[in-house]
Amino acid sequence: MEPVRQVEGRAYPFGQKNIDTDIIIPAHWLKTITREGLGQGAFEVLRKEDGNVFDDERYAGAPILVAGDNFGCGSSREHAAWALIDMGVKAVIAPSFSDIFSSNAFKNGILTVVLPQEQVDRLVEVAQTETIAIDLESQTVTTPFQDRFSFEIDPFRKACLLDGLDEVGLTMASDAAIGKYEMQLAASRPWMARGTGLAA
Amino acid sequence: MASKPRTLYEKIWDEHVVERRDDGTCLIFIDRHLVHEVTSPQAFEALRIAGRKVRRPDLTLAVPDHNLPTTARLDASGARLPIADQESAQQLAALEHNVAEFGIRYFHATAREQGIVHVVGPEQGFSLPGSTIVCGDSHTAAHGGVGALAFGIGTSEVEHVLATQTLLLKRSKSMEVRVEGELGTGVTPKDVILHVIGRIGAAGGVGHVIEYRGSVFEQMSVEARLTVCNMSIEGGARAGLIAPDDTTFAYLKDRPFAPRGEQWEQAVAYWRTLRTDEGAEFDRSVLIDAADIEPSVTWGTSPEDVLPITGVVPAPESFADPSKQKAARASLDYMGLEPGQRLTDVAVQNIFIGSCTNSRIEDMRAAAEVLRGRKVHPNIRWGIVVPGSGLVKAQAEAEGLDRIFIEAGLEWREPGCSACLGMNPDKVPAGERCAATSNRNFVGRQGPGARTHLMSPAMAAAAAVTGHLADVRDLAKEPA
Repeated sequence: MEPVRQVEGRAYPFGQKNIDTDIIIPAHWLKTITREGLGQGAFEVLRKEDGNVFDDERYAGAPILVAGDNFGCGSSREHAAWALIDMGVKAVIAPSFSDIFSSNAFKNGILTVVLPQEQVDRLVEVAQTETIAIDLESQTVTTPFQDRFSFEIDPFRKACLLDGLDEVGLTMASDAAIGKYEMQLAASRPWMARGTGLAA
Repeated sequence: MASKPRTLYEKIWDEHVVERRDDGTCLIFIDRHLVHEVTSPQAFEALRIAGRKVRRPDLTLAVPDHNLPTTARLDASGARLPIADQESAQQLAALEHNVAEFGIRYFHATAREQGIVHVVGPEQGFSLPGSTIVCGDSHTAAHGGVGALAFGIGTSEVEHVLATQTLLLKRSKSMEVRVEGELGTGVTPKDVILHVIGRIGAAGGVGHVIEYRGSVFEQMSVEARLTVCNMSIEGGARAGLIAPDDTTFAYLKDRPFAPRGEQWEQAVAYWRTLRTDEGAEFDRSVLIDAADIEPSVTWGTSPEDVLPITGVVPAPESFADPSKQKAARASLDYMGLEPGQRLTDVAVQNIFIGSCTNSRIEDMRAAAEVLRGRKVHPNIRWGIVVPGSGLVKAQAEAEGLDRIFIEAGLEWREPGCSACLGMNPDKVPAGERCAATSNRNFVGRQGPGARTHLMSPAMAAAAAVTGHLADVRDLAKEPA
């Protein structure tokens, strides 16, 4: 994962609530066996509507998406995060995110910023004409109009994003602890350790 | 810690902590990992690139379900028929290659055990009480029906579990959904969970794990509990679970991967401790009177858009929240509905009985009971019944249910996810309406422009017979 420190630029002033991952990337795009090229399918249904923000020249290639409550709800498909990356989105700002989407976004180095509804509304307004800047180190979102909003982020996620850490590699460093747990499990709950009955 | 009363969720969590970091992030051991063809290829590829192995292939079970066509899979000579869609065929081939390379137990596309991953897990006794279960699919929450902590994960997490058999997680908040009393006639487990989602909203459970408690859930069969927990994600909760009890143990006994002999006794003794302690606190509690729940349907494009079948399409202005008003306007436009229209006047052209929510034998029986001796209405252009697994299919056929469906005018198909998400050829045409027993009424979910109304198997059968959304209680009054 590439380190993330700042994301600055134009932002799609989207703002719709309950946007599910079927909307972000419809199921027929999920037949791929790679992570690439999904930007073409991103928001496919919404892009058929006249005046949609995704085809508006002002926001073309914007690195930020300002979204509504419960963004990324529904299916666990990580293709939604891959599609956003492929269309150039590096950060999403919303009043709330679905738990699975926010985890998927994080694993792919997309910054998810949670702000109260009224601040998100303000950013939707600002985004029509101006750029937005997100600074992960100081946990702030700023605009050219001197708006300055602070956001919370899990310290572990923040550190991983800033350093671009490979989480699997990180966990593999706990190999001994996992091995110890497995030994205990085999003794205390042998029926769980049995699994499908194949040798490990 | 021993003295503080704990919720069921906290007990399962504590039992699975491998390491606790200073910031509260925990490395959690995963007991069971289910894998299907859609969300796994990139994870296996990442293992290959990094030269990593699957740590516990013995705790991993793979089965294809999302992509498979539900038409015949074997020709007259018993040979496997090819999948026409090249991309689907490629994805299935990738799974077959990956399970062979990494040594994972696999139910192939034409095996009797094949089916929807969330039907297969409990059916095989692979999903057990008190276990942590993950799968690259948000409806993994279903396995909470056997008293497991089960949740959907993304492909990067699939890779993480394959490589380490753990996940890095922070403990969620806990929510109690308590339903007490007696369910009315015609009110099914699906109506209960639709009602709950309508109450808490599609984002109501974000950041929470739900425990369903109270007499209604205690009296439910395991299959009913799987239906309820399955849709926890539609209420925003990554997981939902129900404490295991004698009903659970009776369901699991003698299933292929369930413990046997002395280990069975040991397991049951442990499972009996898996209950929320007296005095344990939930971060949030929702109390519902069973008598308030009616046979329900969705009218919009979010699973929170739920109403009793006796209701009328709501006016967008009737919602207090301006963003909900806007969403309701867009929903009604997409769904082609007018405010004030009676739900029972809404004509449907397609019927889908299936999905990981409602494709088990009890669902098949409930739909068949309504359809027995009846014919589908001429309005219905396409109607399919898709059993959740090969074993459900065989059981239904042994009971003659397939004949009831076919004689009524519905198609009896091979197991898979099918028209729930339309990744395979089973899709609802644009602008047409479908009475569906699945879990999502999202825009375009069942095909571009398709209009989905979610409901129980009995209600979908009632819609099939009448050609419109219908109250199954009215049908029960008329002789077939």
